[in-house]
Amino acid sequence: MPETCTITINGATRQVARGTTVAVALLLAEQPSRISVTGEGRAALCGMGTCFECRAVVNGILHRRTCQILCEQAMTVETSR
Amino acid sequence: MTRTEVLVIGAGPAGIAAATAAAENGCAVIVLDDNLSAGGQIWRGATVQETGSSSRGNTTKRRALERLRRSGAQVLGGRCVFSAEASGMLQTLQETGSGSLVEQFHFEKLILATGARERFLPFPGWTLPGVFGAGGLQSLMKGGYRVAGKRVVVAGTGPLLIAVATHLAQEGAVVSSVVEQAALAQLAPFAASLWAHPAKLVQGARYRAKLWKTSYRIGCWVLEAIAGSDGQRLGAVRVTDGTRTWTEPCDLLACGYHLVPNTEIAQLLGCELPGDFVQVDKTQRTSLPNVFCAGEPTGIAGLEAAMVQGEIAGLACAGVSSAPLQKRAAAERAFCDGMEKAFALRRELRSLPRPDTIVCRCEDVTFGSLHGYTGWTDAKLQTRCGMGPCQGRVCGPAVEFLLGWRPVSVRQPLFPVPLQAFCFQDERVEINKMNEPIKEKA
Amino acid sequence: MKPYDILIVGAGIVGSAVARECALLGWRVGVIEGGTPAGGATAAGMGHVVVMDDSPAQLALTAFSRSLWQQESGKLPKSVEYENRGTIWVAADDEEMAEVHARQRVYEEAGIEARVLTAAGLADKEPNLRRGLAGGLLVPGDSVVYPPAAAGFYLAEARRLGAEVFLARAMSASQGQVLLSDGVSLVAERIVLAVGTECDLLPSLPIQKRKGHLVITDRYPGFVHHQLVELGYLKSAHKVTDDSVAFNVQPRQTGQLLLGSSRQYGNEEPQAEAEILRRMIDRATEYMPGLKELSVLRVWTGFRAATADKLPLIGPAAGLSEDRSLWLAAGFEGLGITNAPGAARLLMDAMLGRKSAIDAVPYLPGRLMEPARPAHA
Repeated sequence: MPETCTITINGATRQVARGTTVAVALLLAEQPSRISVTGEGRAALCGMGTCFECRAVVNGILHRRTCQILCEQAMTVETSR
Repeated sequence: MTRTEVLVIGAGPAGIAAATAAAENGCAVIVLDDNLSAGGQIWRGATVQETGSSSRGNTTKRRALERLRRSGAQVLGGRCVFSAEASGMLQTLQETGSGSLVEQFHFEKLILATGARERFLPFPGWTLPGVFGAGGLQSLMKGGYRVAGKRVVVAGTGPLLIAVATHLAQEGAVVSSVVEQAALAQLAPFAASLWAHPAKLVQGARYRAKLWKTSYRIGCWVLEAIAGSDGQRLGAVRVTDGTRTWTEPCDLLACGYHLVPNTEIAQLLGCELPGDFVQVDKTQRTSLPNVFCAGEPTGIAGLEAAMVQGEIAGLACAGVSSAPLQKRAAAERAFCDGMEKAFALRRELRSLPRPDTIVCRCEDVTFGSLHGYTGWTDAKLQTRCGMGPCQGRVCGPAVEFLLGWRPVSVRQPLFPVPLQAFCFQDERVEINKMNEPIKEKA
Repeated sequence: MKPYDILIVGAGIVGSAVARECALLGWRVGVIEGGTPAGGATAAGMGHVVVMDDSPAQLALTAFSRSLWQQESGKLPKSVEYENRGTIWVAADDEEMAEVHARQRVYEEAGIEARVLTAAGLADKEPNLRRGLAGGLLVPGDSVVYPPAAAGFYLAEARRLGAEVFLARAMSASQGQVLLSDGVSLVAERIVLAVGTECDLLPSLPIQKRKGHLVITDRYPGFVHHQLVELGYLKSAHKVTDDSVAFNVQPRQTGQLLLGSSRQYGNEEPQAEAEILRRMIDRATEYMPGLKELSVLRVWTGFRAATADKLPLIGPAAGLSEDRSLWLAAGFEGLGITNAPGAARLLMDAMLGRKSAIDAVPYLPGRLMEPARPAHA
């Protein structure tokens, strides 16, 4: 198994270490994980699946808690919807 | 559908101890956890960037996990409990990158070892990217977040702050200060009581050694998080000691106000909770005869208490006496009381939020908009506070502290689940023979 | 103690609407609420402002009340989330399509705009509905509101005009006097019971609880555009005996979807029930398979205040009570949100001896003097 995997965040390709959570991949890419209902960019707060701030679209599925999901090869992550 | 004699919810220290004790004494045991691997928050697996340090914590963890493995208890990770019935059934959701799976578990006895989460208090700027929970940042570091070279302020209250600051320093972050809201006079009796707990004292000393460049500011708190020049991310924090305020530039703020117990499953089942915590007897039995509870949901008391309570609960399920352990459990409970007093929240923290400060991060409900209501239900109905996907897990304890409103009753689903999770029928039946250790799945 | 002109028991949407009407007249108004304002049937309602044609009287009241909502829509605060979404009654087959045409004529005669949608027209308007449906009836004037905020708005308006709100339980209400659980006694010329399903104050109220389940999802803007209700809903809503479920989905302003609906008699347990929930969701996903994957935030239940003839009780309690001070605004079943402004207006007309915009006789409580309850009750 390779040491890294390739994912796309909002269309841009990123290499991340295996075992990295999607929330962390977003932090490393300096991308907010979601836009709040009043338009603020938000990032992970609790890191343990409780706060739902790290929600993003993962492989086309909306509202996924990215701190609970590990990056996988060819995974797509979108933060705009 | 899976059937088991003892079902343990939570694979942290309490759950591991409970499952081990029950399985070693002949029970068929399944342990469920929403995290992918066992260990709970305190022993969260260092999935990437293994530091290789062989501290005492890691040894305890390795031993506990090894013993659990040998006990024959089966650990199923990645399962989030979303509904539960005291009659002996609960449902979980497992999510992967591509979908989700619903499972039903039937049990004779249930041990709730659901741990705790951080308490967050709203202050201006706390929604800026760059502001994390204290435990939150630590958990993200374990998920691969690199903090080397970043300037970090660790703030809030509780023993976790020092542990987080130490971890940050180990990973190469520049921890400029640890800001603890508790006053020295409040902390002193607790610090003195540590002499009765040598292990905790040694741990504390090790932490201090790693943080010799960090200022430890007792009786201080963060007033505000300020955006950096781009306006989008944290740039600095305003800190005060009640009379003087100053600005500390930083890249990250790790801020958490100790812990609140995860009691949602216990509440849904109908266990008695006289206050914030689940009521248990000497054998960790709740008000429901087939439901036990161990660890933080019965009182925030830390690792040792969780382990001994877990063991007692596991033995009780197996019908084995735990009398010798109960003394230790009582001592740990006393420690818990001391800790609660030491880290009690100062009232100045109630005036941190401004009218435009967001309290409910899911629905962006401001502090100002919460005034004029009779209580939680009223405010929820009119403002949507606590109505978002976190279901009030963040804003609930904050609002309780700020406005004194008791949270309202818990309902299923305990976590958001796909609609089809409610359509689940018993299609697959997988019965584990009672009183026979279940083989670990390959 | 100085008497009130009117005391209103219940600060749900109906009681609040009545309170505002009275306060607008300059009356001295007291509102009594023992629980959370708008926390009963109002909080359990979907907030679908809809014209329904179960009976001519129901059509008249819903059409009248909807027109009041429309008149006021520009003045409602943002929190009320008023949106003119329109309803589509979805027809699954040719038989239901025949009913679509029949209803279209009924609506047209009543002056309510209603357009027949072909199968293609329906698919175009709501692409997430399954293929193979026969068509539908679009009622463009229907709308969606957030009920607790609507009730909150009415009550705030009433207070602004001088109404007083008492947060205590009414222990008794008779002969112009209301005793509160905190010991306070209030006196008024008239007492209005706007009590939803709480009939303790007047046990002769011919109201039955009809339990419903609701499910709300996370935000999925654009997934659904109109309030969608299966045409078979009429059949299920009309039945007064068996438990029934129907496909009924509503787009909220937040992008969330609110899913109904279930109807159960003889069940007073507030807990959500797995079996009926499963039936309701199965029904919904039959019409809209994509719903299956959407994330559910909350499930809750509530009780509708049902009467035997499916019409509310609006007017003096005469016939149900000897007490001349008692008035009723109750028994709205699933149409309390739609009918609240209309009911408030009719009640005021009756109190003032004004002529109403519609014939108020079908809603007079006295008609149920010898309550023709369902057989099993």
